[in-house]
Amino acid sequence: MAILETQELTYVYSEGSPFQKTAVDNVSLKINEGEMIGVMGHTGSGKSTLIQHFNGLLKPTSGKILLDGEDIWADKKKIRDVRFKVGLVFQYPEYQIFEETVYKDIAFGPKNMGLDDKEIKRRILETANDLGLKEELLQRSPFDLSGGQKRRVAIAGVMAMNPKVLILDEPTAGLDPAGRDKILGHIKKYHERTKNTILIVSHSMEDIAGFADRILVMNKAKLFCFDETEKVFARAEEISKIGLDVPQVTKIFLKLKEQGLDFGKDVYTMEYAKNLLLKKLSERGGV
Amino acid sequence: MENIIEIKNLCFSYPADEGETPVQVLKNVNLEIKKGEFMAILGHNGSGKSTLAKHINGILLPTSGTVTVDGISTADEEKIFDLRCRAGMVFQNPDNQIVSSVVEEDVAFALENLGVPYEEMRKRVDDALKDVNMYEYRNHSPAQLSGGQKQRIAIAGIIAMKPECIILDEPTAMLDPQGRKEVMAVIKRMNREHGITIVLITHYMDEAAQCGRVVVMDKGNVIFDDAPKAVFSHVEDVKAIGLDVPQAAELAWELRKAGYDIPQDILTEDECAEAIKHLFERE
Amino acid sequence: MLKDITIGQYFPGDSIIHRLDPRFKLIITLIYILMLFAGDSIICLGVGAVFTLFAIILSKIPLKMFLKSIRPLVPFLFLTAFFNLIFVKSGDVIFKWKFIEITNEAVSISVFMFVRIVLLIMGSSLLTYTTSPITLTDAIERLLSPLKKVKLPVHELAMMMSIALRFIPTLIEETEKIMSAQKARGAEIDSGSFMARAKNMVSILVPLFVSSFRRADELATAMECRCYRGGEGRTRLRQLKSAPRDYIALAVSLIFYGINITVGIMTK
Repeated sequence: MAILETQELTYVYSEGSPFQKTAVDNVSLKINEGEMIGVMGHTGSGKSTLIQHFNGLLKPTSGKILLDGEDIWADKKKIRDVRFKVGLVFQYPEYQIFEETVYKDIAFGPKNMGLDDKEIKRRILETANDLGLKEELLQRSPFDLSGGQKRRVAIAGVMAMNPKVLILDEPTAGLDPAGRDKILGHIKKYHERTKNTILIVSHSMEDIAGFADRILVMNKAKLFCFDETEKVFARAEEISKIGLDVPQVTKIFLKLKEQGLDFGKDVYTMEYAKNLLLKKLSERGGV
Repeated sequence: MENIIEIKNLCFSYPADEGETPVQVLKNVNLEIKKGEFMAILGHNGSGKSTLAKHINGILLPTSGTVTVDGISTADEEKIFDLRCRAGMVFQNPDNQIVSSVVEEDVAFALENLGVPYEEMRKRVDDALKDVNMYEYRNHSPAQLSGGQKQRIAIAGIIAMKPECIILDEPTAMLDPQGRKEVMAVIKRMNREHGITIVLITHYMDEAAQCGRVVVMDKGNVIFDDAPKAVFSHVEDVKAIGLDVPQAAELAWELRKAGYDIPQDILTEDECAEAIKHLFERE
Repeated sequence: MLKDITIGQYFPGDSIIHRLDPRFKLIITLIYILMLFAGDSIICLGVGAVFTLFAIILSKIPLKMFLKSIRPLVPFLFLTAFFNLIFVKSGDVIFKWKFIEITNEAVSISVFMFVRIVLLIMGSSLLTYTTSPITLTDAIERLLSPLKKVKLPVHELAMMMSIALRFIPTLIEETEKIMSAQKARGAEIDSGSFMARAKNMVSILVPLFVSSFRRADELATAMECRCYRGGEGRTRLRQLKSAPRDYIALAVSLIFYGINITVGIMTK
């Protein structure tokens, strides 16, 4: 059952002015409940505009967005409820922190939902745990934390609203490899606990390759492809042509294929590449 | 080749509040950087790499030890502007280093401060803009530019000073892949065509792999200082301090660990594919 | 949205008015303002109106844009006219209703004031429409530079103004982003009660302040790295060179001013 669906979604910026620009062009797609989805596309491809439609921050010029089968713009007054069901974490979310303690900042969203204090507390402790924020941290000022911690606090602020769909716009931007792996690990943990649908926007195929069930690629305002991770990576060459980086392992195996060593499958993670090669090598007869 | 930058026994601690012990950020760092070198300082956040960078042009001064650029000590207050002309600095956030609302005026900013006469300034600004391929944008407002373009403007503003070396403090951390490529291409060309020494601070291993020399920092110490191939062959050590190695190097390392005979110094996908092909052909 | 607010309302172009030296434009605008206030006769305003129309035509900016610049001030204009109508008591009464008396002079004064303010706005709009804010700042700095002798920090003020101009688009973009982010957390910003909205403003202003301070700090370091040390001994890339056309424009405006003063004296 599709939790989120767009029907011929089109969005035009500054319509009627000389700056008019179609940012999203006739996109129809379905996202199923519990899926983990990677969203890719270079800057200006329309991916940021697209995701801002999912929680009603932008209203389509034409077309529809259905959440749980219902048109989110059918009743304008209910758009705030849509935002509670579809959580959106922006790029560099640490810059939206404003409260004096970590606890209060995470509580901002749940409070706006009108939850009672007990429920708010329960949710904060739960998400803080998912994100590896220790309890003693909750009473500290968020402005004293390290960059990576601040980002986790900001993400917790949206996760604590327990949205059925969680969208993260480049959650690893600007982080070092250790910080990146940590955040991605925490998101995975949250996904395993809640089974909520998750969309992660990223420039890095390597980040997405590890855990996305399906990958959505935007190019020039159009839906370039939306398919299972494996099938998307099978189109590695096309994807690098539209300006996206494919993982180095994928490139290595493409090179091998060119030179006549075809392993049949498309390789996009280190783990898989290693196991595949070791298996094939041992089949050929020992070390 | 002579050294352009010499760092001797550099220690640095941020001044602590009363009653607290100061945290030592740099612990006895020694580095010599040769004229025309293209090097990367690789490290995770908090490894001390940015603190080190800020010492090279005197934004920070050593707690103990010395830093000299072209023979000028960074502690020499009288020559601080000489020093900053020789060692230019580009920062991470492209927005927070552009001063003017017109591109060419921003590039001219340092020259205006230095009192360079108009005719020469005009020429140096135009040349710098052409060097970074932004000449046709000279009358634009920075607000209309992409992150990569803004960062190239910031680089042009430094190049216009005709520096001996440029220190770039995570110049690509906030850029998209396209912007990262643009910036890398520009600094490589500055190094190649103008012989400008480049010190690139980064946590992206793929950028470090493109340099001639990689210095890896961890907890205020230099732990590796070698050619990229040599540094990234220490797959386990590099990963242990929270950094990535190129997947080609990692794959080769995994195969070597499993007992296969594969060279140690693999960095690019070509080298890796070649080596794997070799393995299959041999057996 | 916020992006539609363009500060200074500059319309890039290549007309003769655009190309005038901004220092001259500034002085001419001052003369123009004096011209409008030179005399009380309708002829004086007529001269001013001819001058404005002449300049607008030369600027090649559609007249529509100038009318737009007046629009926000329409309530103020009518209020002024209204007060003049009611409170000017000299002249013959031409209308009387209960305690309200309107005289013929009140009518002519309110019309006169109305036209004068409209011309004033149009003229100053012409300055900002044809001069980029940064050039204008530059011109102000240079015109005021003699005041450095009396310790007025002219360079510093101009530098602050130009940095402010530079960061307006950046901060507008940032504000929009923070607003969207807080809306995504359920903050009621463009709906909800006044109190709820006021409370939610905090969630936008705090992050905005925090980031502005960070930006200021980083910018200061970057400026130091590029050898900034105040206005002393600075040279400029932007050369303000006066051309014959600047002197001609100045002469024309002085002639208009002269006519106005003469007319003003003669009609006294």
